[in-house]
Amino acid sequence: MSEVISSKDFQAKVMDADKPVLVDFFATWCGPCKRLAPVLDEVAQEVAGKAYVYKVDIDQSPDLAASFRVNSVPTLILFEDGAVKNKVLGAVPKQQLMGMFS
Amino acid sequence: MAGSDEQAIYDVAIIGAGPAGLTAAMYCARAGLSTALIESISPGGQLAQAEHLENYPGFTASNSGYELSEIMHEQAEHFGAQTIYDEVTDVDLASDPKVLTMAYGTSRAHAVIVATGARPAKLGLAHEDELKGSGVSYCATCDGNFFKGKDVCIVGGGDTAAADAIYLSRICSSIRIFVRRDELRATAIYHEKLKKLPNVEIVWNTVVKQLVEADGAVTGVKVQDVKTQDERIIPLSAVFVAIGTTPNTEFLDGKLHLDQTGHILTDEMMRTNVPGVFAAGDVRTKALRQVTTGVGDGANAADAAADYLLQLQG
Repeated sequence: MSEVISSKDFQAKVMDADKPVLVDFFATWCGPCKRLAPVLDEVAQEVAGKAYVYKVDIDQSPDLAASFRVNSVPTLILFEDGAVKNKVLGAVPKQQLMGMFS
Repeated sequence: MAGSDEQAIYDVAIIGAGPAGLTAAMYCARAGLSTALIESISPGGQLAQAEHLENYPGFTASNSGYELSEIMHEQAEHFGAQTIYDEVTDVDLASDPKVLTMAYGTSRAHAVIVATGARPAKLGLAHEDELKGSGVSYCATCDGNFFKGKDVCIVGGGDTAAADAIYLSRICSSIRIFVRRDELRATAIYHEKLKKLPNVEIVWNTVVKQLVEADGAVTGVKVQDVKTQDERIIPLSAVFVAIGTTPNTEFLDGKLHLDQTGHILTDEMMRTNVPGVFAAGDVRTKALRQVTTGVGDGANAADAAADYLLQLQG
């Protein structure tokens, strides 16, 4: 399973990362988030070495959810060079997640 | 995670792992048919959005929809159904075997059960797509918590709208339900529950005409009374849309007979107009779309598919 990170790691692991980073803002109580989890793991395997994939629990890190205006779960945000590059909402198929990187 | 076997020709391929597809997979596999269950995300379908299930026999309100779908999936795999995680993008249903083209591969099967379900219908208003996730939501249980202590509204008058109102009443400050008619379609048990909630108000004969936004987020709605034509703007933070569903039939590209709303037409045994192709669950034309009826459709479709395969061999 992709690593769950919190506010204290976010700067180093996402904003300052040397590669693109896909972050899944999720909640433990959200059914569609659970449906997406295995898809995200597949994507993480596929992009290994080219990008990072992390998860943010919006209840553990409400500050992160607020600063990226996450008002829906799951929300997937692709960061590149410390900036938001792409955003997808909801549980979506693998092909659509892979498409975020291109 | 199981991958697809490009060489194999399955007896039955089931597209979609919601309640109908999961049940069809279990029945097919248990009947000894080689069964592929093709799912574009992971099992659950719309069922995964349900916070509690009050009306599925044998399960109490403490079970979530996601939990039930997990159990159904385990049951289907237990009997030998093989899950393929991929998205069907095109179909050739006229040949034998029938060919399903997917994003990452191809599947072949002698019979196909379409159980792709439906997705929440949109209001069809300007800026609706941009405001999704910024005050427009199609899943109250996913997004309700972001509007703690806020004034919100629900659009719709069916069971989903009523269940959403009950869920949101525990989180949000006030909930208005905009109902186009002067009555609720929702099951009677909901009417009493809604009446007892002090922060829920049903606004009759009212449609949402416009989403009011500021800085990329919903700040209100313009509504119209359909009897007087009067319009007014109501400030609020979120619009939960529960006006029904749109069937996931676009990928069929007209290869099956559909009704005017895009649902697949079947007979009582889930047979479509194409021999060897069946439809089950929310994707097909029917009166009541529930987990219970989806499960029933799945069992019937599996039985009809088994019959078809016998004839094919005979």
